[in-house]
Amino acid sequence: MFPPQFDYERPDRLDAALDALAAEDAVALAGGHDLIPMLKAREADPGTVVDLGGLDELRGVERVAGDSVEQLSIGALTTDADLLAADPAGVDALLDATRAVGDAQIRNRGTVGGNLAAAHPASDIPAATLAADGTLHLVGPDGDREVSAEEFATGDHETVCGDDELLTRISVPLDPDAAGAYARKTHPSTGYAAVGVAARLRVVDGGVADPRVAAVSLCDVPVRLSAVEDALRGVDVGAPVDAVASAAECADEGVDAPVREDHIVSADQRRAILPKYVEEAVSEALARAVGREGVVA
Amino acid sequence: MSGEESVLEAEGSVPTTADPGAVGEGGSVGDSPLRREDARALRGETTYTDDFGQEAAALAFVRSPHAHADIEGIDTDAAAATDGVVAVYTWADLVESDAPMELPVSTDPLDCEVPGHPVLARDRVRYDGQPVAAVVATDRYVAEDGVDAVEVEYDPRGVESDPEAATGEDAPTLFDAASDNVAAVGELGDREQTDRAFAEAEEVVSVELENNRLIPSALEPRAALAEFDRTEGFTVTMTSQSPHGHRRKLSHTLGVPERQIRVISPDVGGGFGHKGHHHPGEAMAAWAAMRLERPVKWTARRSANYLEGAHARDHQTHAEIGVDDDGTIRGLRVETDANVGGYALGGGAAMPGWYGSLLSSQYDIPAISCLTRAVFTNTAPLHSYRGAGRPEAVYVAERMVSAAARELDFDPVDLRRHNQVDPGEFPFETAAGATYDSGDYGNAMDRALDAVDYDDYRERVAETDGPVTDDEGRHVGVGVACYVESTGGGYESGVVRAHPDGTVTVSAGTHSHGQGHETTYAQIVADELGVPYDDIDVREGDSDSIPTGTGTFGSRSTITGGNAVAESAREVREKARDLAAATLEADPADLEHDDGEFRVTGTDRSVSFADVASQAYGWGVPDGFEPGLESTTFYEQEATAYTFGTHAARVAVDPETGEIDVERYVAVDDCGERINPLIVDGQVHGGVAQGLGQALSEQAVYADNGNLRTASLQDYAVPKSLDVPEIETEATVTPSPVNDLGVKGIGEAGTIAAPPTLVDAVLDALAPLGVESIDMPLTDETVWTAVRDAEE
Repeated sequence: MFPPQFDYERPDRLDAALDALAAEDAVALAGGHDLIPMLKAREADPGTVVDLGGLDELRGVERVAGDSVEQLSIGALTTDADLLAADPAGVDALLDATRAVGDAQIRNRGTVGGNLAAAHPASDIPAATLAADGTLHLVGPDGDREVSAEEFATGDHETVCGDDELLTRISVPLDPDAAGAYARKTHPSTGYAAVGVAARLRVVDGGVADPRVAAVSLCDVPVRLSAVEDALRGVDVGAPVDAVASAAECADEGVDAPVREDHIVSADQRRAILPKYVEEAVSEALARAVGREGVVA
Repeated sequence: MSGEESVLEAEGSVPTTADPGAVGEGGSVGDSPLRREDARALRGETTYTDDFGQEAAALAFVRSPHAHADIEGIDTDAAAATDGVVAVYTWADLVESDAPMELPVSTDPLDCEVPGHPVLARDRVRYDGQPVAAVVATDRYVAEDGVDAVEVEYDPRGVESDPEAATGEDAPTLFDAASDNVAAVGELGDREQTDRAFAEAEEVVSVELENNRLIPSALEPRAALAEFDRTEGFTVTMTSQSPHGHRRKLSHTLGVPERQIRVISPDVGGGFGHKGHHHPGEAMAAWAAMRLERPVKWTARRSANYLEGAHARDHQTHAEIGVDDDGTIRGLRVETDANVGGYALGGGAAMPGWYGSLLSSQYDIPAISCLTRAVFTNTAPLHSYRGAGRPEAVYVAERMVSAAARELDFDPVDLRRHNQVDPGEFPFETAAGATYDSGDYGNAMDRALDAVDYDDYRERVAETDGPVTDDEGRHVGVGVACYVESTGGGYESGVVRAHPDGTVTVSAGTHSHGQGHETTYAQIVADELGVPYDDIDVREGDSDSIPTGTGTFGSRSTITGGNAVAESAREVREKARDLAAATLEADPADLEHDDGEFRVTGTDRSVSFADVASQAYGWGVPDGFEPGLESTTFYEQEATAYTFGTHAARVAVDPETGEIDVERYVAVDDCGERINPLIVDGQVHGGVAQGLGQALSEQAVYADNGNLRTASLQDYAVPKSLDVPEIETEATVTPSPVNDLGVKGIGEAGTIAAPPTLVDAVLDALAPLGVESIDMPLTDETVWTAVRDAEE
């Protein structure tokens, strides 16, 4: 496990980082849990590694005003552990997913932005970001732009983020009526998700409203489970158990992208276990939503 | 026979158990002092091979990306020109030297004279990852650059990784000397007698079984630091379970007398068999150190360790059991194809030939026949791994007994009890040729059943018309497997040396890498010698400072090394007592010996062990005595000691997803007298974890083109700590009559017992769904597929 030679830069300002990344074969290093193993296996051979560790401006969790509702803004270099320590309200699924990442050592170094930007198909956080209708904020030589979680990942380790762009922060709407949860099946060898499901929904007049359910490790990019969402819409929260189970049964309907497979978990098996984790995530989200409604009432 | 009867039997038995004593206290045999080596390991003060020789040149291998190919040419120019590269070697360089550089192979038990594994590929590669060239550089980064710069031209050949297919007519041939790829056919038992038994049996049940291919996953990969001096010869510091064994093998491979090779095995991070074999790395490092006259270090990367093996298990078995309607087993007939990989590595290819000797497990089976074909394929070489043939055999036996029970509608436990060898029948010779020394099989089984609440479960089964399910709708099953384990073998050296101040150094030819010899040998010697435990140190791992020995594998250390140091301690005590008697002017028979002191019985006249030791080395040793107070023993056990026990597991299986939850795991093991019950427990825990790894998730997978798809921990599913259930251990104690300490080995019990236990539990849970058989590893997918297939 001996990486090839590369140059190393550690800028302390965002514009300097962007300048460094403009160089050919430059790659950004955040928590390193995707890049370093690839370097060690010599699967990556960058000319320059641009260490973002000095960019303190990209750290931190804060509430900011949004168009309609308040937003939670998470600096891209915020570590998983720091997000969990901040324990912000209103992002249950994101906190669940962050808790599911690796182990304590990995969460101490791994960053929320790095997790999203690496676009590992089995990463947990992208499921929660998608279910929460999050937005990713990019900056590059041509200025800032915003990309919805829906559009960010384009393939296995591929995103719309250009080589010369950086993800600076993630924002998630904070709807006081909404609740979410994340559930996953751990892959026996990789420790990543074999499938991971994030659910976010609101309870309006005793019924489920605006459900958003997203899965990772099912396909190469996070996908919305639209059939589940359709089945959940309007479900009476008074007697939800069977309704959730039957909604979960149609988990993979409408998933058009090829389902992932490997030598331990086949595509059919992923489809087969998906309903269980949909049910687990949705049930928990519902329980949290109802609990919250109860407190409000 | 009914479940209720077995309850009565269980309650009627009187278990023999040892009181384990307080953890962390005492230093006598039977106490459980904490392992001395642990404090060092926990503080990070252990020194592994890679910690030595920081200035040494680094060696790295160019490995074949093909599973089977001719080598058309190797261009090393670019690599040799790389800044910092010291040398690049291929077979052409090795063949010009006097050294054979071909790893020795035990061809005697084989049916063919195949060449050994060349340290670097001669003109052909036979498995993915075989070393083709070696790069020596100033550091490991540069060495890897050099590896990347070597260009090898291959002409691919046909590839076969399946042992059954490899014997087919169209299969590619690996060695001309074995045109059908069959390395050896081994036959065990009595085929005619078995055929007669089957003709008479009232029922015959047959099952196809696979024992999955495993990759040993010690935390520390293999490594070797080689130094060469024209006067002193070679010093090879390496990850070895057997320093003298490796010295001997290196002597053969390098063509150098053993006296010119010193092998040092420092702290080693896990062995499990795969650090007992001889691999190219240590030989190449030694050869390069000699050629360059500078220290050369090789440390395997995880993927290299995985590619090169040795791998383990990998049997495809057709088994039949003949049984009468009253549950009496009449015979067992087994045919196995064992995949031994791309080369005969040492005795690895011959290993399957004797695997059948434990096929009788705990049962009186009057007729056994086992036919084994060891087959070469384009996969990593096969060799011993924690259990080494015994897990394969016991898996077959236990699966077959359970299959017979299900066929006859017997409680599997009752069928076992009906056929178990009784305590009065020992020594018991099995039809597979093993002679079991001692046992009380029913007792251990009763305790396991009791612990897992077996009777309550059977009552629930009887009450339920259909599957037993929990409140989540999961199917509950309880599995039970019994086992025997042959332990020990070969000779071992043991030295007890009293120093002039009365402190003691013990050494043995075994090597401790997790087994706790520093602790257990000191306990044994403290008792035998009558000196305080804290005054005794234990040393292993240096072929120059320790008499020739055999090493640590096959659950042999306590039996062979333990008895060797015990015998040496007795001899030292005898001499010390005689010296004390001379000093005290008393008859040796009148002396008591305790707590480091000899005393004339009934008087206050005494002399300390320390004073006796001082006298033994001082001026004026009493007349009739030679100076010195030490003893060396080469001990060989009279016969094999057979450890045994019963493991039981309760699982909950979700038929919708195939997920298995191991809710209870109970291990009741009997390894005779326990030197240190805490360490015995630890051995059982580790073994069960590894056995559950085989049962639930581990499997080496080769792609159709022969590339290993599980060449990293990302792809090979070793159980993580959270995957291992709480393991509940108990012990019964049936001393071995074939050695003075009454001990049996315990190192491999867990890997033998856990796979059949877990599979039996899952089959018990799934039987109501029509699942009759299933092969490991029982991943969610395997279980889900089995359920789905049964539904169709």
